[in-house]
This record gives sequence, structure tokens and C-alpha cells, in this order.
Amino acid sequence: MRQRKRPVPTSPSLSARVLYRLHRFLEPNPVYRWVARRLERSQTLYTGFARAEESVKERSFGCQMCGQCALPATGYACPMSCPKQLRNGPCGGVSSSGACEVYPDQRCVWVTAVERAQSADRLDDVCQLQRPIDHRRWGESSWVNYWQGRDDALWTDHDGLTREATLHPRTITATSGR
Amino acid sequence: MMSGSALEEAVRSDRFVVTAEVGPPRGADPAALSAAVRTLRGWVDAVNITDNQSAVVRLSSMAGSVLALAQGVEPVMQISARDRNRIAIQSDLLSAAALGIPNVLLITGDHPKFGDHPEAKPVFDVDSVQMLWVARTMRDHQRLHSGRLLDSPPRLFLGGVENPCAPPADFRARRLGKKVAAGAQFVQTQFVFDVACFERWMADVRELGLHERIAVLAGVGPIGNPRALKHMRTKVPGLSIPDAVAERLSRVDESHFAEEGIRLCVETIQRLREIPGVAGVHLMAFGREHVIPEVIERAGIRPPRSANDGSDFRQRSGHVG
Ligand code: SF4
Repeated sequence: MRQRKRPVPTSPSLSARVLYRLHRFLEPNPVYRWVARRLERSQTLYTGFARAEESVKERSFGCQMCGQCALPATGYACPMSCPKQLRNGPCGGVSSSGACEVYPDQRCVWVTAVERAQSADRLDDVCQLQRPIDHRRWGESSWVNYWQGRDDALWTDHDGLTREATLHPRTITATSGR
Repeated sequence: MMSGSALEEAVRSDRFVVTAEVGPPRGADPAALSAAVRTLRGWVDAVNITDNQSAVVRLSSMAGSVLALAQGVEPVMQISARDRNRIAIQSDLLSAAALGIPNVLLITGDHPKFGDHPEAKPVFDVDSVQMLWVARTMRDHQRLHSGRLLDSPPRLFLGGVENPCAPPADFRARRLGKKVAAGAQFVQTQFVFDVACFERWMADVRELGLHERIAVLAGVGPIGNPRALKHMRTKVPGLSIPDAVAERLSRVDESHFAEEGIRLCVETIQRLREIPGVAGVHLMAFGREHVIPEVIERAGIRPPRSANDGSDFRQRSGHVG
């Protein structure tokens, strides 16, 4: 697990609406999938690509390179910049002014996330359940992982209130999986 | 599936439920903890045993829960995500069930920065929603997070916490919804001093229909002296006490402060009781457990039926030996 910097709540400068729109250009397609496969065959190319991703996302989102990006479900505020790295919403320590419990001069990143999601009419996104992350993926390129389809089960596609949210992405039957 | 929890039975009945909170000692002598829970026996439905609260080292919540069982008091064992990864959390859930601890409260936990070991490594491998989700999956599907089957599932009544008045206000009820979706069956809230704000949150909770799926226990507690008031206003993350409340307590002479604190607490309970969807209260007195029975009595709450008879809990604690 590679984690060089302390997570500090970060508020992106681009609006959530713009970023939701920009996201379309990142969506997996045959070309991206080919690129991802190509990158994973070469250590040098992969590292260079991951560095590039990091430099863009660190500046814009306080990205920690968790390798399993939650941004599309959090109004594009990075939950890994939360000192507790909570993926499902804020803790109970937010001050009445919206300040982070750990860094009182920073805004809680989840206050930012909810506000941004609301501003883009995407509050339902933050109500989906985020599954526990895979800590082996720190330092990997989340874009490559996304294009390779590894992010498909990071979060549920519903709020789990009308039907059960299953922790295991594929329903495991009672007899399998031992 | 029922967990064998008297608390679960209580929230399923119409009775107004009361839980309280006891913090384990900083030391290996269990006497103070045992005495504190004994004070509460028969008065409350269950007692939370806190988990290194405020990130300060104490006797563990699991040991504290076993000590409570031995006193005939049903514990709610708190488990925070601060000090454990998913392996330890799942292991503790199994252990709790095996020891006859029927209730667990799964929480994020205060950051180590606030405690006596600020240099410690914070874990936060999973968050509170994920902890609930894992616990429910273990209980209802007999599966670990890894997907592996358990030999036998832990029977547990699952709880979480919420801070109704903390920002982002529009999301707090939805966040409770996430916990319900993940498996929470009861929720204990942060202290309510601003009843109007709590009422707004409860309206959101009802609108989402959550009050029918989770027992909401509103957090309350008597503030004992000016120092405690100051501490709560400045040192406790996420706790905000409105000026009007602070002024009311500060106006009285210091010798009457404790009485005014109790009066305020009793009034708050009575107002909370009127709010549709509130299943009970969670009393926090920070070491002043002896005032809790008085608060309960003055608030006109009928204590649990099995008052002062802890025999059935004692039997359960027999699992220990
Ligand atoms: S890859 Fe992980 S750390 Fe980076 S922005 Fe996305 S969620 Fe945050």
C-alpha cells in the first residue's frame, strides 16, 4: 500500500456539472480498453501513465491514488481526501459550520461532496452504497482499472432501501464460495 | 432472525426504550465499571460500553460488555473502525455473539488526533456503513466479507449512530437511510440540545419511511457542572450546544447547576417523546451514572418490566465460562 501524503479535505475548482459532463470522455470504449491492456504490458508505460493521472488528479481533487476512483459517485469530491477516508458519507464530527473534525480550518469533504452532487442534481449518487475498497490497489491507475472493468462493483446502483443491497457484487448461493 | 436481545424485543414493543452509556476504566480494575452498570440495572433496556472513546485507551468494550453481563445488565458493545481492520472487526463480531453479547453499535470513531496517542496509526479500513453491511451479511447470509461461509452466523442486533444536526443537513437522514440499507436496526443519536433541529431531521426520516425500519433513540444527557458544559461546547467533535441552552444553565447559581442540568434533560426527553417516530432515548452521563435513574423517573418513563431482576441475563453470561 502506497500512501505518501496525509489525506486533507480538498474541494475541486471545476463545478460538478462540468465534471459529470467531462466524464463521458473517460467512459470505457474499445480504444481505451486496448490502451489499458497495452499499458499493463509495459511497466514503464504504466508507471508514466499513472504518474500523469496522479499529477492531474492530485492537483484537482487531492487524489491519493487509491486506484478505485469514487469521484463519479461523490459529486467529484474525493472521499479519500477525508482523513478517515470514509466512502459512504461524513462522520459525526463535522462542526456546525461544516468544518472537518481533524482539520478545523478545512471544509469537510463530504459537506463539499453533497453540495456538489446536489448542484448537479445527483444526490442519488451519494446515496448508493460504497463497498469496502481493495487496499492492494493503492498507487494503481484508476483509469486503467476503470477501463478494464474492475470498478464495476465499487458501489451499488441503487440505495438499498427498496431491495437488498448485496455486499458481494454477484449473489453468492448458499453452496458456493467455500 | 431474532438476536436474543432484550433491547430488540423492547424496540419491537410499544414501550419507550431507554439505553445509557458507561465508559470502561483506564486500568485493569473492573470494580468501577461493574458498579456503574449495577446502578442502571432495571432502569434501562441496555447499556452501551464505549470503545476507547475519544481515542483514549481504556479497558476494551468487549471485556466491559462481559462484565456488564455478569452484573445482569444487557450490553451494547461499541465497535469503532478506528482501531481495527476488516479482519479484526469480523472476528470481534463473532466473539461478541459467542460471549452472549447480543447488541453491537458499529461506529466510525473519533480520530486518534483527539486522544492520548495522537501519534497512533488510524485504521479506518472500512467505514461505519460498510461495517454494518459486513455484519448483516455475516448474520443473514452466513458469509464473511471475503465471501467465505461461516460455520455458524453471529446472532446480533445491529446499531449505528447519527448526528442529526451536523452538516450536510440535507443528507443526514439519507445517511441514516444508507445505514438502514446496510443493516442497522437501531440508531442512537448525538446529544440533542436543539430540539427544533432534531424535529426537522425526524421529519426527513419519516418522509423516507425510515422510522418504520429502524428504532431511533435520541441522545440526551444531564450536564453536571460548568466545566462539563465548557468541555462539551469546545472539545467534543460534532457536538453543538445552542447559546440559549448554555445561557439557561449559566444563569443559575453554581450550586444549582446540576439540578438545572437534570431539569433541562427531563424537559428535553418529554419533548422528544412527543415526536412521531422516536422510539426512545439514549442517556449519556459521563461517569455520573447515579443521576440516570432520577432522570428516568422524573421524565415519567416506565422502566423495563424485568426491573431489578437480572437473572435471565446472568444465565446468558453463563456462555462465558
Ligand atoms: S482515485 Fe481514489 S484517491 Fe484518487 S480521486 Fe479517485 S477516489 Fe480519490
